[in-house]
Amino acid sequence: MPKDDGIGASVKRREDTRFLTGNGKYTDDINLRGQTYVHFLRSDVAHGRIKGIDASAAEAMDGVLKVFTAADFASAGGIPCGWQVTDRFGNPMQEPKHPILAEGKVRHVGDPICAVVAETYAQARDAAEAIEVDIEELEPVVDMVRALEPDAPKVHDDLTSNLCYDWGFVEDNKAAVNEAFEKAAHVVSLELTNNRLVANPMEPRVAVGDYDPWGDSHTLYTTSQNPHVIRLLMGAFVLNIPEHKLRVVAPDVGGGFGSKIYHYAEEAFCTYAAKVLKRPVKWTSSRSEAFISDAHGRDHKTKIELALDADHNFIALRTETYANMGAYLSTFAPSIPTWLHGTLMAGNYKTPLIYVNVKAVFTNTVPVDAYRGAGRPEATFQIERLVDKAARELGVDPIELRRKNFIKPEEFPYQTPVAVVYDTGNYHATLDKMLELADCAGFEARRAESAARGKLRGFGIAHYIEACGIAPSNLVGQLGARAGLYESASVRVNATGSISVYTGSHSHGQGHETTFAQVVADMIGVDANSIEIHHGDTSNTPMGMGTYGSRSLAVGGSAIVKATNKVIDKAKKIAAHLLEAAPEDIELKDGKFSVAGTDKSVDWSGVTLAAYVPHNYPLEDLEPGLEETAFYDPSNFTYPSGAYGCEIELDPETGKIDILRFIAADDFGNIVNPMIVEGQVHGGLAQGIGQALLENCVYDDQGQLLSGSYMDYAMPRADDVRGFTVDHSCITPCTHNPLGVKGCGEAGAIGSPPAVVNAAIDALHRAGHTHVKHIDMPLTPSRVWAAMNG
Amino acid sequence: MGKVTMTVNGRARSAEVEGRTLLSSFLRDGLELTGTHVGCDTSQCGACVVLVNGQAVKSCTAFAADLDGAEVTTVEGMANPDGSLGRIQQAFQDYHGLQCGYCTPGMVMSTAALLAENPKPTEEEVRHYLEGNICRCTGYQNIVRAVMAASGQDVGALAAE
Repeated sequence: MPKDDGIGASVKRREDTRFLTGNGKYTDDINLRGQTYVHFLRSDVAHGRIKGIDASAAEAMDGVLKVFTAADFASAGGIPCGWQVTDRFGNPMQEPKHPILAEGKVRHVGDPICAVVAETYAQARDAAEAIEVDIEELEPVVDMVRALEPDAPKVHDDLTSNLCYDWGFVEDNKAAVNEAFEKAAHVVSLELTNNRLVANPMEPRVAVGDYDPWGDSHTLYTTSQNPHVIRLLMGAFVLNIPEHKLRVVAPDVGGGFGSKIYHYAEEAFCTYAAKVLKRPVKWTSSRSEAFISDAHGRDHKTKIELALDADHNFIALRTETYANMGAYLSTFAPSIPTWLHGTLMAGNYKTPLIYVNVKAVFTNTVPVDAYRGAGRPEATFQIERLVDKAARELGVDPIELRRKNFIKPEEFPYQTPVAVVYDTGNYHATLDKMLELADCAGFEARRAESAARGKLRGFGIAHYIEACGIAPSNLVGQLGARAGLYESASVRVNATGSISVYTGSHSHGQGHETTFAQVVADMIGVDANSIEIHHGDTSNTPMGMGTYGSRSLAVGGSAIVKATNKVIDKAKKIAAHLLEAAPEDIELKDGKFSVAGTDKSVDWSGVTLAAYVPHNYPLEDLEPGLEETAFYDPSNFTYPSGAYGCEIELDPETGKIDILRFIAADDFGNIVNPMIVEGQVHGGLAQGIGQALLENCVYDDQGQLLSGSYMDYAMPRADDVRGFTVDHSCITPCTHNPLGVKGCGEAGAIGSPPAVVNAAIDALHRAGHTHVKHIDMPLTPSRVWAAMNG
Repeated sequence: MGKVTMTVNGRARSAEVEGRTLLSSFLRDGLELTGTHVGCDTSQCGACVVLVNGQAVKSCTAFAADLDGAEVTTVEGMANPDGSLGRIQQAFQDYHGLQCGYCTPGMVMSTAALLAENPKPTEEEVRHYLEGNICRCTGYQNIVRAVMAASGQDVGALAAE
């Protein structure tokens, strides 16, 4: 019988009590004695040359301690990029310097020019208004295609062009792909945009730098998904601070969705300025500032083509994508449109030949990096829109066309033509489950009821595959990653049997404190309440890579399993000594060690006490204590997949789309906490539906961000998203991690956009608007109405 | 600067404030009640909602100096007298109506205001009322379930459409 607080139980979250009572400790809740405040004076033009800065009046104002400019950071490095992509000719990408404060030029609206540190925020803000910055405005480049024209203004004068890289994958397949297209019975093509988004975790970014002159040591409190990565990047590449003198703490963090992975200039600034001023320095981003300084997401323009034979088998796929990098390379930006996008272009299908071309482009916009899903939503959107379009053009059922081309359950492990090997999956099962839950039989009656009210009803589906649990370090190293992508855990068993777990993963809403405790409780058979999970502080957690890419359970959880197994192995040796038996005869069950086939046993706490009070202990063979650390480096990605169905109603008078029901049937492998998994899918769906219907990050042609606040950027609200039915009963466990888990954090955001758009196209076609082949996201009422009536 | 006195969570509290000091800053910085969060600067997100004389107010939009003598309730004042989770808080935990927790104080306070004026809201009424509170994590479905549960209604009845 499963433990009621172990693996598979919907245990309520222990972290909720502090969040619900106002006792969470977020970075902005940290106030240090003698703290000062920084306000960044940011560029209000997209492209310009800095001719001069006069901060003398500001520096003379009440409470102002110092105005920093780029000159103060002459000895510091630039903000580093963590991934080097090699282009299709074998050359490294172009990699411009990303200074902490603008050097010589400003390159996007929001680029920080000066930093004013004062006794209060108000004084810092007031003083920033007194700084005179002489900027010669330059013509900005905002559009990606324009950016690659020979006469386009250059974002970085020292680069040869605005092209970061021109990447081909798999370059050696290109000729064969083109040949297949020439022989194809049918070719279907689609041009589309994956709209630029802003992650918008509800907690804006915050950094507090502190310096201890007596120990020459630094502490940075920051809103990060991966404090160890920040410590490594900032310490080694920007400020030249060795790890033992730099502690990075990411306490409670109010959501991330990718945007808090990266090392940002403000973190380095606060850390450095605290040493200069010998006072703590705090920065709290406003929401308006977040829109022009947090890394954005998506922003691809793509042409995709599918070749089919006469029997409607997919025989080749090729794509050409422009991917916006923004003005500088954010930490993982180059990897998103390449290795997290190109490798997923097989989707769920047996397309034997695939060629993906990506041109990454610098523009005078905020840097673009991973946002929930990161590359995989872009891949899925293209494939699933195109397959739907193919079915319409061929006059076949889009569901049957998918089934026909799916990789079959017996064909796993499956080597795709784009490098990755899917370990497990059953796409037919998730599709069938989704269709069952969607009540397709009742659709026609529901459609007629809508029609009676003058509304158009449509049903759209999408199937997705994603690669999670990033990633085998040796593989990503070959692909250009400048980091390993293992995860770490230390399991410290205390003398009386309670357990403190230190993980390199970071929880910013995912509930690790609950789920990781479930895993350990299940393995040892003790009460989950006797286990505490610690995360987010580099001073007490082993070097870990953090939380993103749905990797926490698959990689971080595996590290915990590995460390716990080491603990159990040692504990069995101690138990064997206490029970005067051989270690191989010791069994652990329900928190009790017993000698197989006998009634001799000792409790968990009897063993742990012996480990720390080793009076009766095999000291000659075994060290005292019970504490183990493990690093887990995955041997493959994990491959969650699922089928999504979306039923919408469209008002032909206005073009407004309402989501009526959304069915998600996912295969996440094994599940530790179903309640949390469901919550993760809900959140992902809301973000994906937000992308499909509401959200859009818009620049004008002068590089001004038009959608720079919640007045202009349409976040999904409580009556925009509804009717979620979530199922995760189709399980094909991951074959290469000890829990058999795959990851569930991003699925909703990956699978939902194409399902929504497919549903809208379906509604329009059923109503006779068959000239509408595609509408770019977001499907706002005006866009839908224009497409219908165009 | 001027002195402002309010009754916050049942206790008289005073602090010196500038004319431009927002209620949210008064609570967070002046009184160290950091449960009230600030998620935007355009009065859109609702993370900062508190009750002022029983009404839901976005505390980032109110000047502390205007509220001398007011009765304010923040999320820190929502637990039962014995310290256990209050009815609304408990429902949010039971129905997984929070993830990162950042919007949660505002959600709890808006829910308190809703249920005070409409003790048995329909799902539509809940969704409409919470339009001024943005959550980026949950997709709202479990928040709506939590509010329905806090009002003593059957959450199984949440319809697909």
